[in-house]
Amino acid sequence: MGHTYIARAGFWAALICLSLPVLAGLAGVIGPAFGYLPALGGTEISLAPWQGLLAWPGLADAIRLSLVTGLLATALSLALTLLIVAAWQGTRSFLWVTRALAPLLALPHAAAAFGLAFLIAPSGWIARGLSPWATGWERPPDLLIVHDPLGLALVAGLVVKEVPFLLLMTLAALPQTDSLRSQLVARALGYGRVMGWMKAVAPRVIAQIRLPIYAVLAYSMSVVDVALILGPTRPPTLAVQILDWTTHPDLALRFQAAAGAVLQLGLVIAALGLWHGAERLIARQSQHWAAQGARGVALDRVLRPLGAGAALLIGVAVGLGLAGLLLWSFAGLWRFPALWPETLSLRIWTAQAATLWPVLGMTALIASGATLIALALSIAALQARPNPGRSAKALIYLPLIVPQIAFLPGLASFALMLGVDGTPTAVTLAHLVFVLPYVYLTLADPWRAWDTRAGLSAASLGARPMRVLWTIRLPMLTRALLVAAAVGFATSVAQYLPTLLIGAGRVTTVTTEAVALASSANRRLIGVWAVLQMALPMAVFALCLALPALLFRDRHGMRIG
Amino acid sequence: MSLNLHDLRIWRGDRPLISLSRSVAKGEVLTLMGPSGCGKSTLLAGLIGALPPVFRMQGQIALNGRDITELPTHARRISILFQDDILFPHLSVGANLGFGLPRATRERARVVDAALEDAGLAGYADRDPATLSGGQRTRVALMRALLSEPEALLLDEPFAKLDSELRAAMRRFVFERARARALPVIMVTHDMEDATAAGGPIIALSSPREDLDD
Repeated sequence: MGHTYIARAGFWAALICLSLPVLAGLAGVIGPAFGYLPALGGTEISLAPWQGLLAWPGLADAIRLSLVTGLLATALSLALTLLIVAAWQGTRSFLWVTRALAPLLALPHAAAAFGLAFLIAPSGWIARGLSPWATGWERPPDLLIVHDPLGLALVAGLVVKEVPFLLLMTLAALPQTDSLRSQLVARALGYGRVMGWMKAVAPRVIAQIRLPIYAVLAYSMSVVDVALILGPTRPPTLAVQILDWTTHPDLALRFQAAAGAVLQLGLVIAALGLWHGAERLIARQSQHWAAQGARGVALDRVLRPLGAGAALLIGVAVGLGLAGLLLWSFAGLWRFPALWPETLSLRIWTAQAATLWPVLGMTALIASGATLIALALSIAALQARPNPGRSAKALIYLPLIVPQIAFLPGLASFALMLGVDGTPTAVTLAHLVFVLPYVYLTLADPWRAWDTRAGLSAASLGARPMRVLWTIRLPMLTRALLVAAAVGFATSVAQYLPTLLIGAGRVTTVTTEAVALASSANRRLIGVWAVLQMALPMAVFALCLALPALLFRDRHGMRIG
Repeated sequence: MSLNLHDLRIWRGDRPLISLSRSVAKGEVLTLMGPSGCGKSTLLAGLIGALPPVFRMQGQIALNGRDITELPTHARRISILFQDDILFPHLSVGANLGFGLPRATRERARVVDAALEDAGLAGYADRDPATLSGGQRTRVALMRALLSEPEALLLDEPFAKLDSELRAAMRRFVFERARARALPVIMVTHDMEDATAAGGPIIALSSPREDLDD
């Protein structure tokens, strides 16, 4: 009996963790957006915050940037993901793509963005490789490649991280869509690989990954850390400007920031509606398109290399970017256009050693705490309701779809009122809101795939539910639990906005340290912190993948494949 | 004293699936045969208290005079063997057997070793279950079930995956030990040879609605 109560309590606690902070945060933003924030003297409803927002000369550009970069990054990421799967599913190369996914997913957005910035900057490896023989450049050209006013670098930085995410979600959806056999049937009917997949499988896959796509769209429109590193600066994106007002010493700007946050939320809702409408329109058109019978066999010759090229480009760009970060952190003198620094030194690393360890420790502490709570809640929720209803499923995505910048400032106000802002515990709980969905989603499929007859066998041998859970189910799912833990840890390490706003500047992690350097020109220092930011989750991922192999080295039945 | 099914009925939604009133004596093997989908395995799930939610059951199950109809699986003292042996892959052979042994048992290692010896697997305690042959795994699964001191045994096509030579030997192994402990046994099978080897009453189940459609 106790077991059932604990599991049910965990289920409800998980739902509260997912929804309460978001709803409270939104409430804490909507008030000030209309002038109501007693702590700052706002006791009357007014439209002054909106007048302040409208008076900001960058508003039109910021709105355009949010919409264009968000929709473009999402459309591009989805198109590339579908192309890669359509063109290469079921081949040996595709296996390699799936193996490269885990490290790409563990990589924080900001680290990937820094790597990309280093790679494509006028003084980056691409320019160096082409200079001076092809470009004639003897010194870095004065070009605005990173921080370009159109936000293209920002779009690129989002795409390299969102394609791996959507690929993972697609891979999880493929078994339910019977994709390999459907593609085979289409090919037997004379269709090309890509065309057959797009007509026979893609509609089902897109329906399955609708919520992840919405999360990508909302994230791309409102991201702060990637925009600080790669996005335009004059004016910046709306989300960056809201953060600027929120953290401004002039507290009166908080009202304007809140109005901006509500506007950002409205923009995301409008874009989601637009996307949904377009999706329905395309779905209707695709019926005719599929029924027309064009086989598209010749298209494979173009589209298959294109898909492979896209996957390779993402992998190489991220890989070279990270290598560049690592090299810069050790670089002594490094003249343009030399491909390699003249001297290597540990100078920056030694200089940072004193701050480095405490920050790493705090990062790991917060990430471990959030991950452990998320694991416990996910296990309890899955025990209580292995197959939750539609609304519970949608709730899992709530913190991923409501933009962080729209509700975290409100949540930070509540933390301030409760006097818990700036404490590691509050930051850990704020991280939990975003760690929980990923841990739950990673764990849910293997949890449901577990052979329940093992549990029945154990119960028929006299084991109570609690004993079945602890001695049979959890040990048998060790690998899945560790992967979920690694995903949770990486998610926490990557959090910028929750750490900054709930931590009130008093809790620093490798990510807040690294992103704080975005506007500085100190490549070596950025290199050190970005390398730490990528190394920490990667190390945990490697550990979590290696541990089951070690634990169960004498248990053949616990291996996969 | 035995396993008594009083007017047991199982529905899937509104469709009646099984209706059975029967008593299985100690040491007797009751065999249930029938086409797939007639509800044989569903009945076994109902007997151990693990009926999937789409099904509904009425009636009473009594084991040695105890009414166990409403008891949770772990408290019924009914063991079950599936077609796959379901040895726990993360535990050694010895730990699998130890899992079945009641908590209060003294000299656990000795009891486990004796069970292994009885199964012709002396010295296998530290082995990884994945390294065992099909017949060895079935024997370990049976010994694990018997060590839990059940009062009844259910067999869900337990020999279906073994080749025919091994199957005869495994039948003998299972039935002998069930009889020696005077356990009432219910077996579900597709195989007529299984049924005759069991030497007990045979009930042929059918799916009534489908029959009418033919």
